[in-house]
Amino acid sequence: MLEVRGLSKRFGGLQAVDDVALDVPQGRIVALIGPNGAGKTTSFAMIAGFVRPDAGRIVFEGREVTGARADQIAALGMVRTFQITQPFAGLSVAENIRVGAFLRTADAAEAMAQARAVGAALGLGAMLDRPAAALTVAGRKRLEVARALATRPRMLLLDEVMAGLNPSEIHEIVAMIRGIREGGVTVLLIEHIMQAVAALADDVYVLAQGAVIAQGTPRAIADDPAVIEAYLGRGAAARLAAHA
Amino acid sequence: MKWVLVGGVAAVPFVLPSQSMVNIAMLTAFSAFLGQCWNIAGGFGGLTSFGHAVFFGSGAYTGAILQTRYGVNPWVGLPAAFLVGGLVGAGIGAASFRAGLRGSYFALVTLAFAEVFRVLSNSLEFTQGGLGIAIPLKVSAWNFQFADRRATYAVVLVLLAVASGVAVWLTKGRMGARLAAVRENEDAAAALGVDIVRTKTWALALSGGLAAMGGVVYGQTYLYIDPSIGFGTERSVEMLLVAMIGGAGTVWGPVLGAVVLHVVADVSRAFIATPGFAPMVYGVVLLVIIAVLPQGLAGVWAQVRGTPGGARDA
Repeated sequence: MLEVRGLSKRFGGLQAVDDVALDVPQGRIVALIGPNGAGKTTSFAMIAGFVRPDAGRIVFEGREVTGARADQIAALGMVRTFQITQPFAGLSVAENIRVGAFLRTADAAEAMAQARAVGAALGLGAMLDRPAAALTVAGRKRLEVARALATRPRMLLLDEVMAGLNPSEIHEIVAMIRGIREGGVTVLLIEHIMQAVAALADDVYVLAQGAVIAQGTPRAIADDPAVIEAYLGRGAAARLAAHA
Repeated sequence: MKWVLVGGVAAVPFVLPSQSMVNIAMLTAFSAFLGQCWNIAGGFGGLTSFGHAVFFGSGAYTGAILQTRYGVNPWVGLPAAFLVGGLVGAGIGAASFRAGLRGSYFALVTLAFAEVFRVLSNSLEFTQGGLGIAIPLKVSAWNFQFADRRATYAVVLVLLAVASGVAVWLTKGRMGARLAAVRENEDAAAALGVDIVRTKTWALALSGGLAAMGGVVYGQTYLYIDPSIGFGTERSVEMLLVAMIGGAGTVWGPVLGAVVLHVVADVSRAFIATPGFAPMVYGVVLLVIIAVLPQGLAGVWAQVRGTPGGARDA
């Protein structure tokens, strides 16, 4: 469904993303993990049309979207959320979600009804008429996902929707993401919380210093020496093996 | 209820015998109208323009030139001005939003555009330079010149109703929702499929087109325009002040703002004889309102009623 080839981006002297290739098949949940500064969010930004790649191709549902604007990509059905939540602070929660719903309908009443339904389904029912600024961190993460879902995407790019949440909230969000996939939406997510990645992802790509260093199922990735070294430093895999 | 009340107050000048009262009412409604035009872009869209006179002046010159050079009926000047103002807005919008200008940078660019238009109209032969354009006196309703100020007042009220209708529509429909989203957070809006450049350009064009019609009414009322009347900074500042004092991004803000500004200005002028003192009082009142009520007077009303209104951060 999503096919990325040779994606690269340089910021000054820093090669933030270096020749990244990844595939997200329809109906799957694919995770992108890696240490801080590995280039995950930059890759996301390029895929979603917020940052123009220096090189590479991004093909979504057979259509090349490299260099397209974010709103054009969203209209095609691929919508991202933000790691640092970006609520429309002056609007109510329902109005926030409605902006997403307006992508598929021009009718205000219909958009509002859809927004309220999506909000309620994601556990924001009690907050719908409150200002978005009044939401907790967990609430804002839900709002990010609700707004994106209201656009009726075929593919969702989730950027660390679990960061800063407590274990019970993470548990709820994991269930929510499963529900989204069951609703027919393909998911590509960036996540630091390995427990969540293991519970959700069919396939994992590991990024370090801008490049893909490993790919596979969550279980295979957890045992990969290259991945352990990327997180814990050179020689860590050997030391761990010696201790075991 | 609110509508009946406001309609009643607005109708009072029609039964008053005094032309000076009608004049004050007309000027207040005119300020409210221009403030509402600014509000459509500046309030609802967060496009804080410091040069909205560029639209007012474009409209004033469009009406005057069509009439004096080409003998076009001044009523036709209204739609013509709407078109020209809209095009000027679309041009300025496309240029500055494509370049990614926002906030104070956008404000400066609009200020610069207004100045460029002022300088151009001051030097071009087509606009009769610094001499300005005098519109020949020929009082008749057909010629859009009225002996009775009440008729002008009625025209201004209609324009105010149209601009306020647009504002109401913005609070309800898709365009307004997108505009508010862009005002609150451009990245998030783009991620949800909103074309930010197009949305903002469109708002500026609509706002500019409406404001330009005010220029035609001005020309037909005072029968003279020149570069600083048309494009002067004072006009721009008045437009944004009216909206901000009353409450930018709210439907009633500009109306409230215009009433308060005119009452303060007229009262301080009437009661203070010392020359130069009245404008000072006026300035102090403005400062206090801006410092104490960043959301404007409509923001206070919303707070009293406990609803999130005047949806603007500072």
